[in-house]
Amino acid sequence: MPQQLHRQDTQDRPEVVTIVTERATPPKASPANLAQARARANTPDAHPAASAAAATNHIAPQQVTGAQSLVLSLEAVGVDTVFGIPGGAILPAYDPLMDSTKVRHILVRHEQGAGHAAEGYAAATGKIGVCMATSGPGATNLVTPIADAYMDSVPIVAITGQVPSGAIGTDAFQEADIRGITMPITKHNYLVTNPDEIPRAIAEAFHIAGTGRPGPVLVDISKDALVGQTTFSWPPTIDLPGYRPVARPHGKQIREAARLIMAAERPIFYIGGGVIRAQASEELRKLVDLTGIPLVTTLMARGAVPDSHPLHLGMPGMHGSVAAVTGLQKSDLLITLGARFDDRVTGQLSTFAQGAKVIHADIDPAEISKNRVADVPIVGDCKDVIVDLIDALKAEHAAHGAPAYASWRETVADWKATYPVGYVPAEDGLSPQYVIERIGALSGPEATYVAGVGQHQMWAAQFVEYSRPNSWINSGGLGTMGYSVPAAMGAKVAEPHRTVWAIDGDGCFQMTNQELATCVINDIPIKVAVINNSSLGMVRQWQTLFYNERYSNTDLHTSHNAVRIPDFVKLADAYGCAGRRVETAEEVDAAIEWALATNDRPVLIDFVVQRDAMVWPMVPAGVSNDKILIARGGAPLWEREA
Amino acid sequence: MPKHTLSVLVEDKPGVLTRIAALFSRRGFNIDSLAVGPTEHPEVSRMTVVVECEELPLEQVTKQLNKLVEVLKIVELEPPTSVQRQIVLVKVRADATTRSHIVETAELFRGKVVDVASDSLTIEMTGKVEKVQAMLGVLEPFGIRELVQSGIVAVGRGPRSITDRALRSA
Repeated sequence: MPQQLHRQDTQDRPEVVTIVTERATPPKASPANLAQARARANTPDAHPAASAAAATNHIAPQQVTGAQSLVLSLEAVGVDTVFGIPGGAILPAYDPLMDSTKVRHILVRHEQGAGHAAEGYAAATGKIGVCMATSGPGATNLVTPIADAYMDSVPIVAITGQVPSGAIGTDAFQEADIRGITMPITKHNYLVTNPDEIPRAIAEAFHIAGTGRPGPVLVDISKDALVGQTTFSWPPTIDLPGYRPVARPHGKQIREAARLIMAAERPIFYIGGGVIRAQASEELRKLVDLTGIPLVTTLMARGAVPDSHPLHLGMPGMHGSVAAVTGLQKSDLLITLGARFDDRVTGQLSTFAQGAKVIHADIDPAEISKNRVADVPIVGDCKDVIVDLIDALKAEHAAHGAPAYASWRETVADWKATYPVGYVPAEDGLSPQYVIERIGALSGPEATYVAGVGQHQMWAAQFVEYSRPNSWINSGGLGTMGYSVPAAMGAKVAEPHRTVWAIDGDGCFQMTNQELATCVINDIPIKVAVINNSSLGMVRQWQTLFYNERYSNTDLHTSHNAVRIPDFVKLADAYGCAGRRVETAEEVDAAIEWALATNDRPVLIDFVVQRDAMVWPMVPAGVSNDKILIARGGAPLWEREA
Repeated sequence: MPKHTLSVLVEDKPGVLTRIAALFSRRGFNIDSLAVGPTEHPEVSRMTVVVECEELPLEQVTKQLNKLVEVLKIVELEPPTSVQRQIVLVKVRADATTRSHIVETAELFRGKVVDVASDSLTIEMTGKVEKVQAMLGVLEPFGIRELVQSGIVAVGRGPRSITDRALRSA
């Protein structure tokens, strides 16, 4: 008899054990589900099923072009914003788009900006972000944001034009096999060459992007499909027999997890970005308060539980706090919720939390036991998992009393008090950490903070106090320099009432600052803080630490020695933004207040900071997390424990 | 490392083979053998993939495959509970003195001669991988001029059908 491919995590899930696609099994792909996914995104607290049917539009058949069918489909699926740039192959779509009153198209300056803007829009709200580009270079410019969205599970749909189907495969002008190119970095992708297929492809793309583990979906449409005549009606029939995102966690696994939590002496919540995507912060807070178990939030989960929570040990990982890193290391039970044991969290995997058992809950079964074998695997949406865990633990507490974990809590509290994340203010020049700390303090928890990648990103993760999910948006998995400005633009479009800060580096900013033009023209008043150390700072830090201070190709000449190429304040001015330079600690607050008060156009502050500031703590790459350093050559004094 | 035979049922759509092959390559797996063809359901294709890997990586690649939207079902077929076959076409140098010997060898392995030329014979043979290798070993001294082998195809023993179960509620 053939052996079914199942392992312990799925063994007692009948619908998964058989790995059979039963088209009748939930969640059945349908426009109703699609509406459901969107309804959930829009109203986090409402039960999705309630509004599902009502939200499905029914549109009677009408004779249109493929391009019109595309725009009608986008409208029907509820799209309000598209970021994009037209070009030859996608041109037919832009004509009806001009007439759409429901879809606002924002013309960006580079397709990468469109992609990151869609990501920022999605990350700020949980709604699906949309970007559009033409064939060839337009499409390939979307590759970086698509890969970024794939790594960070951001729901976006990318629509690209393709050369006419007859020309596909001939190396036609602006032809690129974008479906082939994006296969490994999309959740799914389509090449549509028949106009009749457009509504179904769009409906399926949105369904796939927004359900299960969210991710990017690309729909490539040939020019002849856009030009051709077709009949549009809505909703189309969605037929995805092989797509079956897991919904409910298995009760037996939940009870087993609860049992382990009851038996543990040093348990810790290892909280990842899945909790943010599942919009499960409130539930998580209840679980933490119910159990009194300390927690860490990864780079992707900052804000899932307020940093001010007494049990919050901070961020784990390469630049995590001593308490968070060590809390995981010394724990005897990792309660992993929506995290994926990324190498930046675990350090050397073989020495990561060696004494800990692992409960691993994730919506993606492939994440479970990928890097670290789980003792209790739970496949399911984090919100459901947490709700079920709360019930199971309440039952356990009622029967056996609640464990206090008293000495463990004392121990971690001691680490947290002894080794807070901090910095030594610069004797000479402005401390970047101080700047970021003040931005956070003056802008508050309701603002959204969008970072690029590098030192400024780590400082923004460490020194802004987060207390709201989706208030921290960054490129975690792919580590895309240039993410900040366009993603902040997308976040601001999604939530115009919020203050949105792009906390960027001088290196990152130069990769995508062209989108300031988009922001000015489309009245998207983001606030940009360039943490300008005139270098590729994180690389420079590694050169300082590991390459004998040989600074090969990390000098950007954007501020030191009075060389400013370019001068960011002049650049801001050239774009029509308000710009200002800050070089001393005394000017910082006034400049931030000024930025917060300026809302009629984008604002840029060029914070010229000290070059030699480094991100601490640090676990050098590939090394055990036990070797965490709190400063250059400075390890925590563990003998204090004794 | 042990070899594993996976039967992968997929929607018959353009690009699906690329997706599967690319996934193996991207996740660092070598495909030992691959065979693709239609099934009794016109909309479903079946791939038989043989990979050499340990249990844990196999679990990982299976889960990753399951995430592909066009993958309907994956079943590992274990040798004792399945029939696994390969076809080989081999062109062997043959002259008057060796011809009858070669024909005899082919017959011993239940192969058959499908083409005859003045100085060669082409033999078709179907069987388990081991049997194919054994026949090729015997033919080798005569001189193998050309050899082509298919990927392995496999089906579970007994009355159950994995395609039926995959599509039962379709």
